[in-house]
Amino acid sequence: MSERHYHRFDTLAVHAGSSPDPAHGARVTPIYLSAAFSFRDSDQAAALFNVEHAGHVYSRISNPTTAALEERIAALEGGVGAIATASGQAALHLAIATIAGAGSHIVASRALYGGSHNLLRYTLRRFGIETSFVDPGDPEAWRAAIRPESRLLFGETLGNPGLDVLDIPTVSAIAHEAGLPLLVDSTFTTPWLMRPADHGADLIVHSATKFLSGHGTVIGGLVVDTGRFDWEASGRFPELTEPYEGFHGMVFAEESTVAPFLLRARREGLRDFGACMSPFNAFQILQGIETLPLRMQRHVSNAHIIARFLADHPMVRSVSYPDLPDHPDHVLAQRLLPRGSGAVFSFELKTDRAGGRRFVEALRIFSHLANVGDARSLVIHPASTTHFRMDAAALSRMGIGEGTLRVSIGLEDPEDLIADLKTALRAAEKG
Amino acid sequence: MRLRSSRVDAYAYSGGCPAREGEPTIVFIHGAQHDHSVWILQSRYLAHHGYAVLALDLPGHGRSPGPVRSSIEDLADWVLDVLDAAAIPRTSLIGHSMGSLIALEAAARRPAAVCTLSLLGTSAPMQVSPALLNAARDDEARAFDLINAWSHSTINALPGCPGPGFSIFNQNRRLMERQAPGVLLNDFAACNAYQGALEAAARLTCPTLFISGQRDLMTPPRAATSLVAAVGQRLRSIGAGEPEVIRIPDCGHAMMAEKPAEVLRALKTFLNRHEGAKPVA
Repeated sequence: MSERHYHRFDTLAVHAGSSPDPAHGARVTPIYLSAAFSFRDSDQAAALFNVEHAGHVYSRISNPTTAALEERIAALEGGVGAIATASGQAALHLAIATIAGAGSHIVASRALYGGSHNLLRYTLRRFGIETSFVDPGDPEAWRAAIRPESRLLFGETLGNPGLDVLDIPTVSAIAHEAGLPLLVDSTFTTPWLMRPADHGADLIVHSATKFLSGHGTVIGGLVVDTGRFDWEASGRFPELTEPYEGFHGMVFAEESTVAPFLLRARREGLRDFGACMSPFNAFQILQGIETLPLRMQRHVSNAHIIARFLADHPMVRSVSYPDLPDHPDHVLAQRLLPRGSGAVFSFELKTDRAGGRRFVEALRIFSHLANVGDARSLVIHPASTTHFRMDAAALSRMGIGEGTLRVSIGLEDPEDLIADLKTALRAAEKG
Repeated sequence: MRLRSSRVDAYAYSGGCPAREGEPTIVFIHGAQHDHSVWILQSRYLAHHGYAVLALDLPGHGRSPGPVRSSIEDLADWVLDVLDAAAIPRTSLIGHSMGSLIALEAAARRPAAVCTLSLLGTSAPMQVSPALLNAARDDEARAFDLINAWSHSTINALPGCPGPGFSIFNQNRRLMERQAPGVLLNDFAACNAYQGALEAAARLTCPTLFISGQRDLMTPPRAATSLVAAVGQRLRSIGAGEPEVIRIPDCGHAMMAEKPAEVLRALKTFLNRHEGAKPVA
């Protein structure tokens, strides 16, 4: 036998899921903007509907461009497959709704993106799914919060707002002891900085809007199944191990030993909730992923330069970035994120709310907006935007100060970014 | 479904629907370190198109309890015991890789019970390289990586199996990880030790189909040449025609996932041609 090896990350980022188009030879995956796909004959049509043939029927369920993206992220994450969704929020909802329903319970890190927090604390509760929030760095809290009706544990690889590093090996071990999967949101780290599957995570969600797409152009989400969780052995997931009336009595775990979760998520979740990704968005995200390794290197190296500059500046009270030695999770970050802790972090100015506002308004290269993971550097001042209704005491309870700013460091020349920040720091100080 | 008797306790996937009265039976036999799910698209289609399907989990694999059987001959006897447990007097046998050897040996041991034989990704002998055997013994993860790299002709076999958005490559890796430690070495040792293929060929009485992937590095098409010749000689000698040989282009050893439609087409066409193996309308 001739020697073969697995393709490495940078090769997969360019090639996985994408072969020359069989119809015309187009080398780049075309945008298949077609709502539906013709059947060759009635037999093929019936077979496609009944999962006897592989192929595309209707773009809410699958689409060739979207499938190329799904296979690419699966290859990069070490997953058995993936599902692209309309947004990161849709990805989180699909992951949860596939294995949880009324009466179910979730244990989640309390260090979450606000949108995820809202979904878990308020919206899913309206549908009968309760969530207990725990300190992500307290293993006993995770363990103690698990109930008989728990269905999954959930955290972010880098939690919001303090960039708590999720100890995936520890939390996944706790989940697995209880026969539960660990779902992680890996948006801030991307598979280039860390593959959660290698540390014990079972399901992964991304907001592909951020670093995967990389250019702030489109909204999208991804759910990846690592294929490692044994749903049958767990005994807690009749959704996957017992006949599903909604698809001719299909028992997903019998159809596929390693990917029953994805079978149900596509056959039920995409079909019925319908939060699919547009093929145009999938195309944009595919282009973004092709340069992910190059961009992430630059994002991280720029973030290191900017974080150090801010940490040394007299106007800055603190910088919360795990790659700095004073971050509480610095040691854990070095172990789990040896390539760096991403390019999003927050820092606290020695100023009040008005000073924070002056800082943001003085910036010229940083864009003031509510997003992260763009080629451009971004900034937001929570006390005057997302959390503007809260007084100082209320902000403090959430770990946010009136002078807290969150930045997402882009791909610009770091000297230009520092010059921009210097100007803004002077403006904040002058108040 | 579970098939139990005093001799066997077997799990068999029925293709997603129960068998109907009078349908001819097809028994699928998977290869080393696998389970029934490698046949998902072929078995599901045929079960919904006039066949009673049993896609087996071999002992100690998937949902069938162990212990594993350590020779192809023992595994062939186990399959015949499963037929008895299910009260199946006659069936088509379809086997992949190690499963092809088991199917061949079973058909030779009880010719009257087998109406057609389909051998996918087969070779005779089925020698396992020392590097792979050593890896199976000393470092299963390394062995899985080698098998996975050698079993796939491409990282992008579209449209995916069981459908778009699934990674064929990573599914195979995870499926291998699911089997208990030691199963791989057992299976490879059984393949390596089996020397009875040509002798078994000389006892066949049923129409036989060979399907190979043109880019198969685990069981290259040329490695089946002597077996194809032996089966041909046997079938001609009893007036049973010629074996059919199909090579699928751009296809590796993991053919049921890489080229599911082509494999199904070959099986359907073959089964349709032979009395006792034609589907119920």
